[in-house]
Amino acid sequence: MTNGTAAPARKTTYREAVRAALREALRSDERVFLMGEDVGRYGGSYACSLGLLEEFGPERVRDTPLSEAAFVGAGIGAAMAGMRPIVEIMTVNFSLLALDQILNNAATLRHMSGGQVGVPLVIRMATGAGRQVAAQHSHSLENFYAHIPGLKVLAPATIEDARGMLATALEDPDPVILFEHAMLYPVEGELAADAGAVPIDRAAIRRAGKDATIIAYGGTVAKSLAAAQTLAERGVDAEVIDLRTLRPLDDDTIVASVTRTRRAVIVDEGWRTGSLAAEVCARIVEKAFYDLDAPIARVCTEEVPIPYAKHLEEAALPQPAKIVDAVLGTMGEAGHG
Amino acid sequence: MNHLASGPEPSPDFLQLDRNEALSLLRSMVRIRRFEEKCAELYAAGKIRGFLHLYIGEEAIAAGVMPLLDADDAIVSTYREHGHALLRGVPPGAVMAEMFGKVQGCSRGRGGSMHLFDVSKRFYGGNAIVAGGIPIALGLALADKMQGRRHVTACLFGDGAVAEGEFHESMNLAALWKLPVLFLCENNQYAMGTAIDRYESEQNLALKAQSYRMGVERVDGMDVLAVRAATRRGLELVRGGGGPWFIELVTYRFRAHSAYDPELYRSKDEVKQWRKRDPIVLFEALASERGLVGPDDKVVIEQEIDAEVAAAVAFAEAGSLEPVGDLTKDVCASRGTP
Repeated sequence: MTNGTAAPARKTTYREAVRAALREALRSDERVFLMGEDVGRYGGSYACSLGLLEEFGPERVRDTPLSEAAFVGAGIGAAMAGMRPIVEIMTVNFSLLALDQILNNAATLRHMSGGQVGVPLVIRMATGAGRQVAAQHSHSLENFYAHIPGLKVLAPATIEDARGMLATALEDPDPVILFEHAMLYPVEGELAADAGAVPIDRAAIRRAGKDATIIAYGGTVAKSLAAAQTLAERGVDAEVIDLRTLRPLDDDTIVASVTRTRRAVIVDEGWRTGSLAAEVCARIVEKAFYDLDAPIARVCTEEVPIPYAKHLEEAALPQPAKIVDAVLGTMGEAGHG
Repeated sequence: MNHLASGPEPSPDFLQLDRNEALSLLRSMVRIRRFEEKCAELYAAGKIRGFLHLYIGEEAIAAGVMPLLDADDAIVSTYREHGHALLRGVPPGAVMAEMFGKVQGCSRGRGGSMHLFDVSKRFYGGNAIVAGGIPIALGLALADKMQGRRHVTACLFGDGAVAEGEFHESMNLAALWKLPVLFLCENNQYAMGTAIDRYESEQNLALKAQSYRMGVERVDGMDVLAVRAATRRGLELVRGGGGPWFIELVTYRFRAHSAYDPELYRSKDEVKQWRKRDPIVLFEALASERGLVGPDDKVVIEQEIDAEVAAAVAFAEAGSLEPVGDLTKDVCASRGTP
């Protein structure tokens, strides 16, 4: 996970990369402030903002009451009046308490006001399963937000993107939602010392391959890369695309890859029905149907509320073995079970 | 609910009122009344579609509040906002054109009656999710406070909003952070068709705000002078940095909730009783009793207002439709990525 520049790389974590991005944003623009539940004195429920209260003070690092609608709405209003708020929502499940504000206001006001009202707001939240925190803290609802015109939806899957997407999001004149997969926070990797803002308009090919395209985002990118490794050992050369931006989707990168490999497997931690994977699938069918050699396959979360017990949680989620099987299925080969 | 429906006492403010102010208050209320009577007519004629929520009966609130706000103060309103917008200075033609769905409308015809916006006047809608505008008002006020501006955000909402969670979350946050918001609760005693005694366990709404430790006042919303006096007091305190202030304005909606409402939930007699407290009639009577307004004044005002309304209608009629090619314009600031 290096960005290929000449600057020396150093070891860091996804969590530290998020924190570095927040610190830089607060340092470089006095209009920026961070607010949310426990972002200050506690240091962030995932420790992303640890130390920022001490550095920037309570005006700019604001602990809020447990009032998702009120503080997300306040972020919208502050953005409308010239600030650049970063609002942290503890998990995507809790964001539903603010869905009214996000959909009916943040995403809507510019169009509904005839272009008069802009909402340059960034909302960050943790998403995803894997920590045995059961069905009210584990879901992947990125697709709810990716459904909504007026929003941009980002899913940083790498340390570079965790470090670099925030700054680009803050430059955007419209609301941007950043989904940080909770399992990624402790992931370690290398980051260039001069790492900074990254573009958010393109998907990334994380592994080049010629036999099949695996399309993933967020927490499923690493699982897809692991699957590709296993496939390589079996002589199948899979390409892995990290969508990075879930709205708007980068159709060009997806279609170009599938046109080359002629096979597509979409991996999505959301539920299958009405999923982001379904949307990607539809776009491939619309734009590359005649280039396909096999039906498109999807590896999604089973259609259950995420259970607590470890073996059940693991069974509910997309896993490398399932991805391997799905790819082999598109090759006309039996899976390894 | 009729605790304020008895005969009005002239408020002490009356003693300082001069003729020009009296005429201005009367004119403000008549402007809204005549404009909306025309809207109802145009709705029946099919020129205005969608929902149309009339403010008729509640004009004393807008007339008492809006002229006291500074140009730099912000306003967040509801879907019953024609009166607020007009008295804030949103041009009547742009308001009418909006209802006609024309591109010359104040929201380019995208919003209609419920979503009047004019950022040049710091008029931020026109919000039709009950209580959904209140958190936005907090944010506008927070930005002003953080940037060291002494502006006030006036946040209007109805009694129905008080039952919503967003109301309570917002009262708490505004008081906790001492945000410069003047909350104006227009209590017309109905949440659409449900009477307040059928949906509120505590019908004194100011009491709810008070429990969040902010100053409150409860006034007769049919008495324009009482509204004005309370607003003046509230604005002074908020502008002085004392945090939010809450005014409950008890009022009554004379017309149906919207054009689709058959009014099965209230008696004609109840409406009749409240119409006796018509804010325009009450004020005109008191003002003429004190010799501030003569018998011809209202006639002159009505003629002038009728001309203004006619001009607004003509402007809307002459307006054009937004090209369908611009349908997705302004979904996002940059085109091509809605």
